[in-house]
Amino acid sequence: MSAAAYTGNEIMTVVAARALRSEDVCFVGIGAPSAACNLARLTHAPNITLIYESGTIATRPHVLPLSIGDGELCDTALTTVSVPEMFRYWLQGGRITLGFLGGAQVDRFANLNTTVIGEYARPKVRLPGGGGAPEIATQCGEVFITMPQSIRTFVDKLDFITSLGHGEGGDHRRRLGIATQGPTKLITDLCVMEPEPQTREMRVVTMHPGVTRERLQASTGWPLCYSDAVTETPAPTVAELAVLRDLQERTRRAHAA
Amino acid sequence: MSQRAQVMPLSAAIEECVRDGDSVALEGFTHLIPFASGHEIIRQRRKHLTLYRMTPDLIYDQLIGMGVADRLVFSWGGNPGVGSLHRLRDAVENGWPSPLELIEHSHAAMASAYDAGAANLPFAMLHGYRGTDLARVNRQVRTVTCPFTGTELAAVPAIRPDVGVIHAQRADAGCNVLLEGIVGVQKQVALASKRCLVTVEEVVEDFGPRSTNAVILPSWTLTAIAVVPRGAHPSYAHGYYARDNGFYIAWDSIARERDSFLAWMDTHVLRAANATVTA
Repeated sequence: MSAAAYTGNEIMTVVAARALRSEDVCFVGIGAPSAACNLARLTHAPNITLIYESGTIATRPHVLPLSIGDGELCDTALTTVSVPEMFRYWLQGGRITLGFLGGAQVDRFANLNTTVIGEYARPKVRLPGGGGAPEIATQCGEVFITMPQSIRTFVDKLDFITSLGHGEGGDHRRRLGIATQGPTKLITDLCVMEPEPQTREMRVVTMHPGVTRERLQASTGWPLCYSDAVTETPAPTVAELAVLRDLQERTRRAHAA
Repeated sequence: MSQRAQVMPLSAAIEECVRDGDSVALEGFTHLIPFASGHEIIRQRRKHLTLYRMTPDLIYDQLIGMGVADRLVFSWGGNPGVGSLHRLRDAVENGWPSPLELIEHSHAAMASAYDAGAANLPFAMLHGYRGTDLARVNRQVRTVTCPFTGTELAAVPAIRPDVGVIHAQRADAGCNVLLEGIVGVQKQVALASKRCLVTVEEVVEDFGPRSTNAVILPSWTLTAIAVVPRGAHPSYAHGYYARDNGFYIAWDSIARERDSFLAWMDTHVLRAANATVTA
């Protein structure tokens, strides 16, 4: 495999990891968020504080957990608190700078659906539901979202709003009495979007190498907006990919055991 | 009130604590999930239960698929890191084996509602549900106004189950119970429930050296204790055995079809009666 070869999921994870800072206190979801947060910790942000909703604070897992409550998280944590304490003191208490979310559907204002496809009372697909996300979305200082981009998942209208992004746009969050920033980055396998300062609609700021505007639009259920200065996302480096793949190989072996 | 817990076989403990039509909370946040108790509830063919649990997990997929529940109160219903709970989905999407009423919360609200139950409060309040559709579909989500600041807050009813069911590492000779690691909402559930059943990995004479702040449930807060080594498997017991992540992955294909699910339950639950019970 040449230095330039990587998958869509890998560039999504690497770009998300780069956006994390050592001083962040980060509420981590399972999947791509967990991979990105631990990649950041193993590369440029060794002191990042990772918190999982099971109550583990400042955890440093050697392999990625399959669930938010694997023993690995508790074994390597600074401390472990109860679940009511986690949500009441730490999340609602405003101690967490960054929340990391994904979903089954996202809209142009980065609202998320993880509840149902179709009508709530008679769903076509019953999804897992909100879990920690509804309050993570409003109580973390800011929110990053990672989701593979496709016409089925980047939709014009959500079937259900599980977690608030920028609502209907503009000052909607402020009108609901919410002081936190909400989604500041939507990182996909094709591009990175950030909210336009006034409308709060997510717009493309960087496009991953080789991605065209035609392909982006074909993968999006609303007419995309672009920032005035769209640039190319720097490709994952050999070093970043090596650390990520090593982590995922360790994880694969651990969970197959 | 100072009725003390008694050690008894798991089958007797379920018979004593769980009745048809009860509201039952089997808790354990990823860790210490009381699988053995769930299996015994299935073997004893309990019916019309209202099941509470933040993260239904595999044990509720099994309980729901075997038709013990009329209603599920929950906040996240998936197989963590793997995907759907196929039996939960089949009940909600197709009414199989029977229709399942959902009362759906967020984690923050449900954790607060257990906390309110333990604290003998009628409801819990939180900054919650703002801007979501959850309040639209769950009529138990209301609002209250702070009498001091005028701030509007979400309110949800306290959870006071008929029965709390948890798993823990150890009981001592005095029938006190110690749990450690990821402790989830178990203390809240135990203290919020009218009756509380605990399965433990082992009984020791004395807990020995421990933190002065260890999570210990005194015997007079519990109803029944059953000794069930590996009673949390495929979840785990910190210090005893690890989470069986391979089984969580394998469950996806076992539970995907009704036939393969029923065959698995028949072999591993219905015909494995009390196989692991040593009390």
